[in-house]
Amino acid sequence: MFQVRIHGRGGQGVVTATEMLSVAAFEEGRHAQAFPSFGSERTGAPVVAFCRIDDKEIRLREPIMEPDALIIQDPTLLHQIDVFAGLKTNGYVLINTHHSFEEIGLGDFARGHPPERLCTLAATALGLKHIGRPIPNMPLLAGFAALSGLIRLESVVKAINQKFSGKIAEGNVAAATEAYESVKKEMEERAHA
Amino acid sequence: MLKQTEGSKAVAEAIALCRPEVICAYPISPQTHIVEALGEMVKSGELTPCEFINVESEFAAMSVAIGSSAAGARSYTATASQGLLFMVEAVYNAAGLGLPIVMTVANRAIGAPINIWNDHSDSLSQRDSGWMQLFAETNQEAVDLHIQAFRLAEELSMPVMVCMDGFILTHAFERVDIPSQEQVDSYLPPFDPRQVLDPAEPVSIGAMVGPEAFMEVKYLAHAKQMQALGLIQQLASEFRTTFGRDSGGLVRTYRADDAETMVVAMGSVLGTIKDTVDEMRDEGHKIGVLGITSYRPFPQREVRAALQNCKRFVVLEKSLAVGMGGIAATDVRMAVTGSGLKGFTAIAGLGGRAIPKASLHRLFREVEQEDLAPVTFLDLDRDAVNKQLEREKQTRRSGPIAENILYDKGISSTAKFG
Repeated sequence: MFQVRIHGRGGQGVVTATEMLSVAAFEEGRHAQAFPSFGSERTGAPVVAFCRIDDKEIRLREPIMEPDALIIQDPTLLHQIDVFAGLKTNGYVLINTHHSFEEIGLGDFARGHPPERLCTLAATALGLKHIGRPIPNMPLLAGFAALSGLIRLESVVKAINQKFSGKIAEGNVAAATEAYESVKKEMEERAHA
Repeated sequence: MLKQTEGSKAVAEAIALCRPEVICAYPISPQTHIVEALGEMVKSGELTPCEFINVESEFAAMSVAIGSSAAGARSYTATASQGLLFMVEAVYNAAGLGLPIVMTVANRAIGAPINIWNDHSDSLSQRDSGWMQLFAETNQEAVDLHIQAFRLAEELSMPVMVCMDGFILTHAFERVDIPSQEQVDSYLPPFDPRQVLDPAEPVSIGAMVGPEAFMEVKYLAHAKQMQALGLIQQLASEFRTTFGRDSGGLVRTYRADDAETMVVAMGSVLGTIKDTVDEMRDEGHKIGVLGITSYRPFPQREVRAALQNCKRFVVLEKSLAVGMGGIAATDVRMAVTGSGLKGFTAIAGLGGRAIPKASLHRLFREVEQEDLAPVTFLDLDRDAVNKQLEREKQTRRSGPIAENILYDKGISSTAKFG
């Protein structure tokens, strides 16, 4: 079983991101379970949502306490809550920022972690560019697909087209595609560095 | 059709397939997504003929359902928590009048303190209302139980609650097989009411009944639930024939054959329990599970049969009979009266407290060793409790308990003391 925890703030589409991750996994014939942490929903308040992916039926209903991967939709949360709590050794971490791990004060963390499991992505800028709103969730999901190889970009695109239509779907697909390519490129460059 | 969808959305689709003619509801978390989705289906014409009635309260929602059901319309509503409490008088009336309404209860705690998260206090508070109560373990089962519930209700002319864990199921995206309209139509015939308000054939429904007849009417409600014990099994078996999967029934056991320790529970926590039991089985522990699907009627015979070969059992329940202990546990212990079995009660998950596998491992080992109090509280913060008790001993005006506990846990500084 692979477990993903997404941290963000109300209004950033955190819950939607886990739901669509589960849809993307389902599209690939896998079992998936997405659920929010059910707090009071307020714009700007910290939000956590979860997604489990497995090849068999998922019965477990506990919150994800030891994630295999973390997606941080808002880097200001790093100073507010322990987003890394329970992260498995060598777990994947994708952070929405145009800075590096070093620049946001995570240099020590990054040095102790396999580099192929870490990535940052300026996902808010991609949201603004393609969707016209600072919504980072779909670019991050596609970036996560590129970082982890857990799901394919085409499954993310399928999930987007199921959830949205028209211009919003097109914008999200464009943002997701650029995010995927960008992370892919960065990982390849790093591998050859 | 197999799809990856939200529990609430899946239930709304299942309800629509049951061709309800009147849906009335008042929004309350975590039930809201279900009736929102149904409202959209009625508005778009996808669900027709059906009248969606916006009401001003839960009391009105149940009152409308009573009226429409008595007029011969298949009627549905949904609620949770304080919403269910607010409609209680009408809830009893629906059962007392023998009206086959189906209602989803998206199980949620009851305040005060105000809390929107999941436990079973709401529907269990309506244990004696005359409604049948079926508990879903997964979103697939929630879908399937609703389809069975209309048949059960209409066959007996008695109302049914389908209980599904609020948020944990209602807001979870998972794989659900939504049946076809043809399948549901072949399983669920059109509503043929036993009593109906019809101007062409006038009758009274709801007359005053004095001491000379009241007991007989109440007894008949009990007799119908006793009939339901057989009917629920029959409906589950017919369901398997039509839909090709096991759903519903009275109880279900898991790895129980040679179990010396049995865990009894209701609802979605059974999934976490089964995973825990698998891990313990791998380590050689003889432990099994009894899931209760039908809480009302309570299947005493089947519960006894499932437990009679074990040595001890624990009822893990998301509800608390204050001043007593367990609610479901009391029924389970009643069912095994005279068997000499050791029974324990574990209160867990109140107000949405997570029930992690690690805590269950600890609890089940204690049960196995019979090394725990008859009533225990899973993951209760004893220090916080003792601090408040000590505060009450020391100070007459010790202040509001909830706010003190929040203060002690560093969550809020609204309390006067601490």
